[in-house]
Amino acid sequence: MLEYRAAGLYCPDGDFYIDPMRPVERAIVTHAHADHTRAGMQHYWCSREGLGITRQRIQTDAKVTPLDYGETIRMGAVSVSLHPAGHILGSAQVRIQGPDSVWVMSGDYKRGADPTCSNFEVLPCDVFITESTFALPVYQWQPTSEVVSDIYHWWQTNAEEGRPSVLFCYALGKSQRVLAHLCRHTQQPVWLHGAMTQLVQSYREAGVELLATRLVSDAEKNYRFERDLILAPPAAAGTTWMRRFPGHVSGFASGWMRIRGNRRRRGYDRGFVLSDHADWNELTTTIEATGAHRILVHHGRGEALVRYLQEQGRQAEIFKFAGHA
Amino acid sequence: MQRFADLYRQLDETTSTNRKVAAMVDYFHSAEPADAAWAVYFLTGKRLKRLINTRELREWTAELSGLPLWLVEDSYEHVGDLAETMALLLPDDQVSDIRLPLHQWVAQRIRPLSQIKHEQQRKHAVIDLWHSLPVNQRLVLNKLLTGAFRVGVSRRLVTRALARVAGMDSTLIAHRLMGDWQASAEAYQQLIDPRETCFDSSTPYPFFLASPLESEPAELGDIDAWAAEWKWDGIRAQLIRRQDDCFIWSRGEDLMQGRFPELEAAASQLPNGCVLDGEILAWRDNQPLPFNVLQTRIGRKRPGPGTLQKAPVAFLTYDLLEYGGEDWRNRGWQQRRAQLEKLIQAAAQTQLRCSPIVAATSWEQLSEWHSQSRERGVEGYILKQRNSIYQVGRKRGDWWKWKIDPYTVDAVLIYAQPGHGRRSNLMTDYTFAVWHEQELVPFAKAYSGLTDQEIRELDRWIRSHTLERFGPVRSVDAMHVFELAFEGLNHSKRHKSGIAVRFPRILRWRRDLGIKDADTLTDIKRLLPPGTK
Repeated sequence: MLEYRAAGLYCPDGDFYIDPMRPVERAIVTHAHADHTRAGMQHYWCSREGLGITRQRIQTDAKVTPLDYGETIRMGAVSVSLHPAGHILGSAQVRIQGPDSVWVMSGDYKRGADPTCSNFEVLPCDVFITESTFALPVYQWQPTSEVVSDIYHWWQTNAEEGRPSVLFCYALGKSQRVLAHLCRHTQQPVWLHGAMTQLVQSYREAGVELLATRLVSDAEKNYRFERDLILAPPAAAGTTWMRRFPGHVSGFASGWMRIRGNRRRRGYDRGFVLSDHADWNELTTTIEATGAHRILVHHGRGEALVRYLQEQGRQAEIFKFAGHA
Repeated sequence: MQRFADLYRQLDETTSTNRKVAAMVDYFHSAEPADAAWAVYFLTGKRLKRLINTRELREWTAELSGLPLWLVEDSYEHVGDLAETMALLLPDDQVSDIRLPLHQWVAQRIRPLSQIKHEQQRKHAVIDLWHSLPVNQRLVLNKLLTGAFRVGVSRRLVTRALARVAGMDSTLIAHRLMGDWQASAEAYQQLIDPRETCFDSSTPYPFFLASPLESEPAELGDIDAWAAEWKWDGIRAQLIRRQDDCFIWSRGEDLMQGRFPELEAAASQLPNGCVLDGEILAWRDNQPLPFNVLQTRIGRKRPGPGTLQKAPVAFLTYDLLEYGGEDWRNRGWQQRRAQLEKLIQAAAQTQLRCSPIVAATSWEQLSEWHSQSRERGVEGYILKQRNSIYQVGRKRGDWWKWKIDPYTVDAVLIYAQPGHGRRSNLMTDYTFAVWHEQELVPFAKAYSGLTDQEIRELDRWIRSHTLERFGPVRSVDAMHVFELAFEGLNHSKRHKSGIAVRFPRILRWRRDLGIKDADTLTDIKRLLPPGTK
């Protein structure tokens, strides 16, 4: 039903690609992260929830057809529908029904509740293609409310010492999730790096309630941010932009922060374990719940997961690029 | 334990050294002396030895977490720290709460583990400990169990915090912490008591270390103000003669008792109350033997007559730190040296020698002899300012090491495996090969020398060009050439290539070279010391 070609994951029966890496005619995109939604396709299909940020990402007037979650369309010999993946706003799993079997391509997903997007829906299927970004049992997440509460208290402790708190987090998904959860703790506005403003705006337009934000470049020249929280993309770390926050304390919100070595190597003061991907238990329970008899593992460190599933008596393999050297 | 775990958390949550010191000062101010003592013990890198073997810990972790053992091993490989891996994998199922101060934890719960003979009992004891702690404190416990207690504070930083607590100079604290410092309330109180003066008769002084010379030696000014000594490639050591006893300490502060009986015998001819700084070398017929000869002595706690015969040693003295029971470190080098020479002469022991001063009258002359270092079996010079006092640690200005350039070789990367700690789950431990009869033969491992960016790039490349995996080790396409540097080399039966190199490290990534341009084993064997080819 699906195979890897040079341009990416392809469905011959439906003549479309999923998250293609090179320009193609027909592209179903699972979500608007840059490594999944690229410019240059002639025709895109995405979830209606993700339409705004998808448009923002491709920045062309290419044709984009939004689909409601669960809405089925015919593509060639197959029926295709998109279903919530719980990863970020508008993220989708792709369900493909052929004459003999149902395939589900998970895209990136997580299972924990997230106020900024529709939550993951388990889809029974014959073949399940799962991501594996954090496919080792050392990756186990705490509830988001606890992590964001830690972030809030870290911010307050720094504020008492008159130090700006700079929290690095991905511009699409993570930063909005932090802003949504912070609403429960405070009404104090948070400062944003310029790379985040448009995306935050898109979330608001999609009806997601976020903490009030301001743009760092709009602050007065002598303003010192001493009691403030600033959100910035990881790429801003170590740039001259950081000089704006003398005496700051830095944190990074990411699933990778579960491992001390990752944090120490990057030189952040604090790591907050907050991921938009499934942890080990979410991966294994989701695979179980789909009832799939065949599991294809892609995107990440799949070897351990494949071996684990095989030992559990499942048919599992790494889903490889056909043309991969 | 709770308090100590809090301290650990505070140290771990900041990259600022000032904040780390402040956190330690807070802890030392408020902790019971017996607890503070153990905190000092662990933070300065001392460990409780042979508590429990790590294979057992991994097996129990697998059992408790319901995971296959291989998955625990894979996770460990990914995390790069066993204590942390266990803390991340063990289920969150605290059933009791032991609220004991740190010193009682150590005395009642941790130390007794090594006395339990039966594996089942040992297992239950450890599982009980895990069950009695909240998840966030298990990491600290596991660190104590596995011994590798590294939390991003150096010993120097701990010393600084203690000096602040005691209101004393940190060099004195450093001195008091030297040697076989045992954790106890009394020892801690003595450590921070400004009036306290008594040291154990075995207590060594902190070593003074030379800094690498980065400019032309002539820029140091008048050569008459400087003394040059050969830089020997042996074991830097301190020899203590006090109260009819002799103690030999390595720079890593290992007491090397019994390992060098000929030195201990020779030291008995020294007067009591003297301490010498010097280098242990394998030595015969007025010249040093290669380092690998000395290596045959390092592992042996009680060398037999055969070893003593094959690998005789000498102690080449550099400095006199104590004389007549008095601390001489604040006297000028010239005065210390003169007294040292008298002392060695009077002892008249062939195993005790003064490391000679190279009597050059100009920098040019010194430079010319420098180029003959390899033939002499030395690594260059140590330059010492003639009036310099004996300081603590690596302080720039008075002592410089002027080393010879290392050997270099172009070699091909063939294996890689992940590093530990800060380099966890990055491929940073590399094995390099050179050509021998149309084959690439592994000849050196190296870990350091690449930039963070190069490491990341190479990591990605290794992951996508892995040929085979043997546990954590991956073999990769032979494609990339690196220039390696090393200090010396010798024959070795333990290595496939037949040679062993000293301190190999990466100088640069030679992207301009193909694998055919790499050096051959024959090229490298030409570098072997004369008489050993």
